[in-house]
Amino acid sequence: MDEADNKGAPSHDLAPAPDADSSIEYLSRAALIRRRFWRHRLARLGIAVLLPLYFLAIFADFVAPYRADTRLKGFKDAPPSVIRFGVEANIFQPYVYARKRSFHSKTFREIYTEVEEVKYPIHFFVRGEPYSVLGLFELDIHLFGVEDGTNITLFGTDIVGRDLFSRTTIAARVSLFIGLGGVAISFVLGCLIGGISGYFGGIIDEFIQRVIDLLIAIPTLPLWMALSAAIPIKWSVTQTYFAITIVLSVVGWTGLARVVRGKLLSLRDLDFVTAARLSGGSDLYVITRHLLPNFASHLIVSLTLAIPGMILGETALSFIGLGMQEPGVSWGVLLQDTMNFGALVHQPWKLIPGFFIIVTVLMFNFVGDGLRDAADPYSL
Amino acid sequence: MSAQPILKVQGLKKYFPVERGFLRRVVGQVKAVDDVSLEIGAGDTLGLVGESGSGKTTVGRCILRALDPTAGKIHFQINEQMTVDMARINRRDLRPLRRYANMIFQDPFYSLDPRWTVLDIVGEPLKLAKLASGRELEERVAHLMEIVGLESKHLRRYPHAFSGGQRQRIGVARALATNPRLIIADEPVSALDVSTQAQILNLLKDLQTEFGLAYLFIAHDLSVVEHISDRVAVMYVGKLVEVAPKERLFFFPKHPYTEALLSAVPRPEPDLEKKRIILPGEIANPADPPSGCAFHPRCQYAQDRCRAETPALREVGPGQWAACHFAEELELVGAPQ
Ligand SMILES: Nc1ncnc2c1ncn2[C@@H]1O[C@H](COP(=O)(O)OP(=O)(O)OP(=O)(O)O)[C@@H](O)[C@H]1O
Ligand code: SF4
Ligand SMILES: [Mg+2]
Repeated sequence: MDEADNKGAPSHDLAPAPDADSSIEYLSRAALIRRRFWRHRLARLGIAVLLPLYFLAIFADFVAPYRADTRLKGFKDAPPSVIRFGVEANIFQPYVYARKRSFHSKTFREIYTEVEEVKYPIHFFVRGEPYSVLGLFELDIHLFGVEDGTNITLFGTDIVGRDLFSRTTIAARVSLFIGLGGVAISFVLGCLIGGISGYFGGIIDEFIQRVIDLLIAIPTLPLWMALSAAIPIKWSVTQTYFAITIVLSVVGWTGLARVVRGKLLSLRDLDFVTAARLSGGSDLYVITRHLLPNFASHLIVSLTLAIPGMILGETALSFIGLGMQEPGVSWGVLLQDTMNFGALVHQPWKLIPGFFIIVTVLMFNFVGDGLRDAADPYSL
Repeated sequence: MSAQPILKVQGLKKYFPVERGFLRRVVGQVKAVDDVSLEIGAGDTLGLVGESGSGKTTVGRCILRALDPTAGKIHFQINEQMTVDMARINRRDLRPLRRYANMIFQDPFYSLDPRWTVLDIVGEPLKLAKLASGRELEERVAHLMEIVGLESKHLRRYPHAFSGGQRQRIGVARALATNPRLIIADEPVSALDVSTQAQILNLLKDLQTEFGLAYLFIAHDLSVVEHISDRVAVMYVGKLVEVAPKERLFFFPKHPYTEALLSAVPRPEPDLEKKRIILPGEIANPADPPSGCAFHPRCQYAQDRCRAETPALREVGPGQWAACHFAEELELVGAPQ
């Protein structure tokens, strides 16, 4: 122990390249987490799929050639249109053929055949049915469409002739944003209740924890069903939508409250928090400067991983008729058409909204996993 | 040893309630610290030694009021004119006085906020005490970095970019930032490897001479405190069992527990006569301490009286205090001279 005094110990045991400003030593934890996240392939895929999906949902009225409730006359249960490509006057031009309906001689099912005489070119930025933008003004420009005389149904039509592509995009708005809305409410509830629980401790904490235990013990779906059964049928689509969002978050906050409380309790006793107190930091200072920043990453991970559950919840409720109701559309509502086995066999395109649900949920899980893996090595 | 104590702890107690059940009924007390009195002179080091769970950290945290003591007085001399009772002062009034004392922690990985740069970490006490800000703060932090043997150009790095020993130096710089009179070092080297331990101990020693710091130096074995302490206090299940000047405690221990701890100190020269005393059993549970002398179930000299009667801490030699009924009679083996 009496070796030479090592006060001026050189920092030789640091990672190499310490002097460049961009080197790892100078990166904050947030920057390191971002770096690791972007190295996560599946998470990148998730972002790459989810971003366009949300854009699609936001601009659904513009992207959809028809309104959700427009019935295409004489086009019940029509299959997806076949898009063909040709070069017309040196311009690359996609087009569809008009379709003619006939009936199967024995089953009386509709049979659609293409009339390969007239090519109907697909036009972009065309005028079509008007839609309102945020209830402020009306527009009638659509991303694509065909001239009158025929129609274009990318995902086919349903039993009353409504275009499934238009319905799927418009339904995306409900289905995708209900997850965000539900998570936002859960976030507020979870932080508040979890924070109270962790901060005050004692009997309050014990009570809140037992309530959470109880809520978690009730199977989710029946609880949701019971609550949504209480939503008045007479309510408008928007009212129902908000009611369902709240129903979903009634369960969602419990997990978050647990995360917040657990983190508060574990961080509260960490030495750097004590150090801040011993240096004269007040409670508020310690919470805002040390505690919150240190569990932000956990919160983000928990939030992301909670979204797919909410989306599935809305789908399940709507599917069994307790969630969104016609004329409202959500992916769950669209899937109601697949309840009948015959429809599945003869009109498989009606499953397309289900595919959107699966992809969305999967991608959210990829992103959540990526965030968690990125934050883990830096968590306390 | 300087005459005037800057810290005088009298009858310090810290009991943690043991709660059970839904309504958090208090079913017992963990007497983590039970009637501890000690003194530290200005510029002195008191080593506080004991097994895990003996209450050392709790003593340190009570002194700096990271915990509220159950009972006792903690007179801390802020300067020549002013002495405060850390046990009684209200928390708000205490905040501006925080700059006169600080703490170094055991685990350098949990004692630095991973989201803060070194500049912010070391500068935090200065900022909170409103002693410096902006450019001046940066200069003072850079200077502190050099004092503890780190390069000042690393100011904007995050803790994860430093080794354990370097992180502990950062912790030392933070404790030193406001020029305190008293530093409580809670096992500052036990999380470090042996060669780094020596460096940090030497650094602490140098800083003490340079700045006239007083240390309460907590450790769980005697070898660590040997070089840095002026006096040593030995703790067992919440109570002090022996307090003495370092040489007396090492060479003429008066408590069987001290003797056992001393026998575990590794010595460079192999000593055939010396036998390591292996204590039977575990350290007693402070929620349910043994009757009489808490050490009796493990003491090789225990007699009937020890089970019935609690020995008081009494002066058994010059400046030497021990809590054993037979302190005078027993021929205890100290460190080889
Ligand atoms: N917040 C608390 N609540 C309840 N009991 C506690 C609390 N803090 C400490 N204790 C108990 O008080 C006793 C003394 O703990 P303390 O941490 O002071 O011991 P220590 O000597 O520092 O041990 P170590 O060497 O492990 O750090 C232990 O039995 C511990 O379980
Ligand atoms: S009082 Fe008895 S049991 Fe306690 S240390 Fe002394 S001899 Fe051992
Ligand atoms: Mg301790």
